[in-house]
Amino acid sequence: MASRDIAASGSRASVESRPRLGAASPRHGEKVIYLLLAACAVLSVVTTTAIVISLVVPSIEFFDEVSIATFLFTTDWGPTFTPPTFGVLPIVVGTLGVTLWAMLFAVPVGLGAAVYLSEYAGRRTRKIVKPILEILAGVPTIAFGFFALKFITPTLQDVWPGHFLGGPPLIFSALAAGLAIGLMIVPIIASISEDAMSAVPHGLREGAYALGATKARVATRVVFPAALSGIVASIILAISRAVGETMIVLLAAGNTPNLTFSPVESIQTMTAFIGTTATGDIPTGSVIYKTVFAVALLLFVMTLLMNLLSIRLVRRFREVYE
Amino acid sequence: MSSSKWLVAVASAAVLAVGVAACGSSDDSTSTGGGGGNLSGSIRIDGSSTVGPLTQAVAEEFNRENPGVNVTVGQSGTGGGFEKFCVGETDINDASRQIEPDEAAACKKEGIGYGETTVANDALTVVLNPANPNDCLSVEQLAQIWSPKSPASNWSEVKGAEGSFDSEIQRFGPGATSGTFDYFTDAINGEEGVQTKDYNNVGEDDNQTVTGVEGSEGGIGYFGYSYFQENSEGLKAAEVKNESGQCVAPEEKTVQDGSYDPLGRELFIYPSDKALKNPTVKAFVDYYIDNVNSIATSVGFIPMTETQLEKAKSGVAKLAG
Repeated sequence: MASRDIAASGSRASVESRPRLGAASPRHGEKVIYLLLAACAVLSVVTTTAIVISLVVPSIEFFDEVSIATFLFTTDWGPTFTPPTFGVLPIVVGTLGVTLWAMLFAVPVGLGAAVYLSEYAGRRTRKIVKPILEILAGVPTIAFGFFALKFITPTLQDVWPGHFLGGPPLIFSALAAGLAIGLMIVPIIASISEDAMSAVPHGLREGAYALGATKARVATRVVFPAALSGIVASIILAISRAVGETMIVLLAAGNTPNLTFSPVESIQTMTAFIGTTATGDIPTGSVIYKTVFAVALLLFVMTLLMNLLSIRLVRRFREVYE
Repeated sequence: MSSSKWLVAVASAAVLAVGVAACGSSDDSTSTGGGGGNLSGSIRIDGSSTVGPLTQAVAEEFNRENPGVNVTVGQSGTGGGFEKFCVGETDINDASRQIEPDEAAACKKEGIGYGETTVANDALTVVLNPANPNDCLSVEQLAQIWSPKSPASNWSEVKGAEGSFDSEIQRFGPGATSGTFDYFTDAINGEEGVQTKDYNNVGEDDNQTVTGVEGSEGGIGYFGYSYFQENSEGLKAAEVKNESGQCVAPEEKTVQDGSYDPLGRELFIYPSDKALKNPTVKAFVDYYIDNVNSIATSVGFIPMTETQLEKAKSGVAKLAG
């Protein structure tokens, strides 16, 4: 193989009048590696396209049988019942409610942790605390689900003040699931925001100190706005993660399609609907089968919009320091 | 350098090819039979996910004696199974209810005869929180709790229930695609699939019903008898008032004598007449009926009575001709 290459280049040299610059051999290996790497990049694009197609095709068939208006704007959700009803709003509201409770917990805690790690903690503390925080992100979601069911719910029921917000939470409640999801996404917010704050040039902080600013003022008025684009990105990433979470809500939020933002009641999220319905025995090609895809498509569109919004906001708030 | 790389590639391709060939040959050997028993061939079974585990357990025992036979047990639901059965794709269908008229018509159209064969009994068990003072519920009371239109929301609203018990009703039940759901809604609300939507749909995960009823004072749920036996600690099974006004608890005896009504049910297999001409399938069905009573209890079902057993035996013998 190698000897033939040399012979080939030798004969070429004799034909051409001047010496040629470039590879002495054809370097087939290089081409193979190039193709492999390109295939890796293409694979993700192909996968995304395939997912979209596999969601859209059954969804189109679904909307042949159920009108988009009925699907999006009515409030009775029972596609597996007799007679079936297809108002998706209760499970959309369920999803948004759980996400809301998760964010109410995770944003303050996550940003607090980020400010502490970036501005107040010593180097040694940060070196220990940050990896531990990131381990939290690696805990399997089923573990968070059990934690919600066996610890968060009973604790909430014990400490709940009387009939506040409609009484103590039920055994399955939106709030318990929301708090567990909140715990799960704290590391996303804390870690990405901390990176963004640490990346703010030291000159800015020193300038503020020179003008007599306190530490808290530097953190909130100088570093925070300068790092805003990274912070917004972390929050939106966390929302997308919360909207798509399945296992925690399946275990802790119950599965009752209630049109309510009440934190103490059992609700059903879009992911939980897909999870329970797709594991039951539903005949292929039936309306309920297509309903699963329509809900998945709606969920996909929601997270897609969120990501587009995230890109927009990140560009808008970006501060560039030379 | 490059020649050694090619060598590696060729070598690994060769290993792969040998591997694939090996897989192929092992496949062949299973389908041609052999082993200890003298029976061979394959038996295709599908149907109810309730009966599936029982059939699976019987098939495993059968396989131990007849390693040459390849038994596949699918669980696409009673209805889904009949669709395949009536076009001749399967030899036996597992069913948690009797065949319906439209399914029977489909079978007839394709010229497929079958025999309804009882293999075990089950009791749909209604479970309550131990704090609930109600011990016996009538079908009317259950219907009031699970009614599709404005169901009772508090135990104090249930007619004839213990008046002192003031607790919000929390319902837990299987998903609407489950055969258990079909049976319960039919028995209680009079029509399959008709029930209030205000309930915790636990899908196929009955464990969630256990957690839910254990954790809520006013909780109520239902599942197969086997599930209650495994989880009887934090729950209590409600007695059900039958037509003659007796309060009957779900037990082996009450299900077998038919007094646990209407939530006691029979479980069936439907072998096809064509399949029974095949000695392997015939041997399997005979083995099933002869041994199911000793296996049923371990899978959580209630064994057949002598009468049921005799009827099953004679039915199969007649169908096989």
